[in-house]
Amino acid sequence: MLKGRHLIDPMDFSIEELDEVFDLAGKIILNPENYTEVCKGRLLATLFYEPSTRTRFSFEAAMLRLGGQVIGFSEPGSSSVAKGESVADTIKTVACYADIAVMRHPKEGAPKVASMFSEIPVINAGDGGHQHPTQTLTDLLTIRTIKGRISNLTIGFCGDLKFGRTVHSLIKALSRYENIKIVLISPSELKVPEYITNEILIKNGIQFEEAERIEDVIEKLDILYMTRVQKERFFNEDDYVRLKDRFILDKEKMELASKDMIVLHPLPRVNEISYEIDDDPRACYFKQAKFGMFVRMALIAKLLGVK
Amino acid sequence: MLTINSIRNGIVIDHVSAGLGIKIFNYLGLEDVDYAVALIMNAESRKLGKKDIIKIENHIDLDYTVLGLLDPNITVDIIENEVIREKIKLSLPDKVENVIKCKNPRCITSVEKYVTNVFYLVDHAKGEYRCKYCDEINKVSEL
Repeated sequence: MLKGRHLIDPMDFSIEELDEVFDLAGKIILNPENYTEVCKGRLLATLFYEPSTRTRFSFEAAMLRLGGQVIGFSEPGSSSVAKGESVADTIKTVACYADIAVMRHPKEGAPKVASMFSEIPVINAGDGGHQHPTQTLTDLLTIRTIKGRISNLTIGFCGDLKFGRTVHSLIKALSRYENIKIVLISPSELKVPEYITNEILIKNGIQFEEAERIEDVIEKLDILYMTRVQKERFFNEDDYVRLKDRFILDKEKMELASKDMIVLHPLPRVNEISYEIDDDPRACYFKQAKFGMFVRMALIAKLLGVK
Repeated sequence: MLTINSIRNGIVIDHVSAGLGIKIFNYLGLEDVDYAVALIMNAESRKLGKKDIIKIENHIDLDYTVLGLLDPNITVDIIENEVIREKIKLSLPDKVENVIKCKNPRCITSVEKYVTNVFYLVDHAKGEYRCKYCDEINKVSEL
């Protein structure tokens, strides 16, 4: 039963509960016209304590497409937060007006605190470098829809695997599915944190390998999940210049991949995926953004318990 | 040397690192109780050089679980008829509330002070606790 629940951590839902959300998302994708009024009369509050156009638009579009309405703020300067209101007081007040709330906050754990004081469902839309569960739901729905399964897959993660919270969350979520193989492609400075290797991969018996070049491993991948390598993560510019091209996906590298492999990216992209492959049918990152809206529609409907 | 008589019935919290006694005294809420308690500071100790001791008479109903977290050297003896009836073995509690603070500067508890600090023990051997809010691993040795 998902009605009235919060989504703070991607692991808050069981695999069965995730399937419930994905099943509904699948129905919405097939017949969106059947869902245009299911949230009529319901209000979503978007509490964005830091700017995020993409995620906020995705949530707002989701609610509007379900026939509901949206209130909220997109930066704390224009709200009571600027006067020093606590997260607890904000959510208690918002719960008097809205039926469900979405929160993005620079402090880690803020949406968790909000959920503890809230009488309405709270969805974490990103808290610092900690969690971004609806991105994980987006990634899982994209994989399930395009590949037809979330098991028996070899998934390569490429780029900044050290600081990328979407990568950490997705690896955690995938660890619950059967026969998942992980390939980690990153410069040694940006390898996944030890707790991911020790606590998630090794502990769950997930087969994994590490690589330093996309072309060495791309052939065996079912999915290549790209992330941005940020210049500021490097200790010096020489290292950045030396390594950055190695983690750029281009036409030449795509030629080595299987015809069924798909490329995903949480977006925004900077230069890590060459524009020349956008027309390749295997480039699925914009489809992924669309699935993000559908999964948020399904999530809102489930948490509100609407038919 | 200062002499404090041994107690007949009650608890002796011994081998407390010098200076920590007052913290533990306050943490256990002993400043507000109506039974006899003694806080001895800077007592001579062969093992520690100096130590603090807390003696509580005619009362044993206290929550000692957090003492192991504050100072692993502490010993707790339950006294009955002037003899030690039981030595309580201290260990790290599974859950700790409002004793330690999260070291992560990005944690919500660093700005919203009304939020109860909650930690769950994840590794007994390494003395590691996970923050309920930001999942940061905090080592007891660093707190």
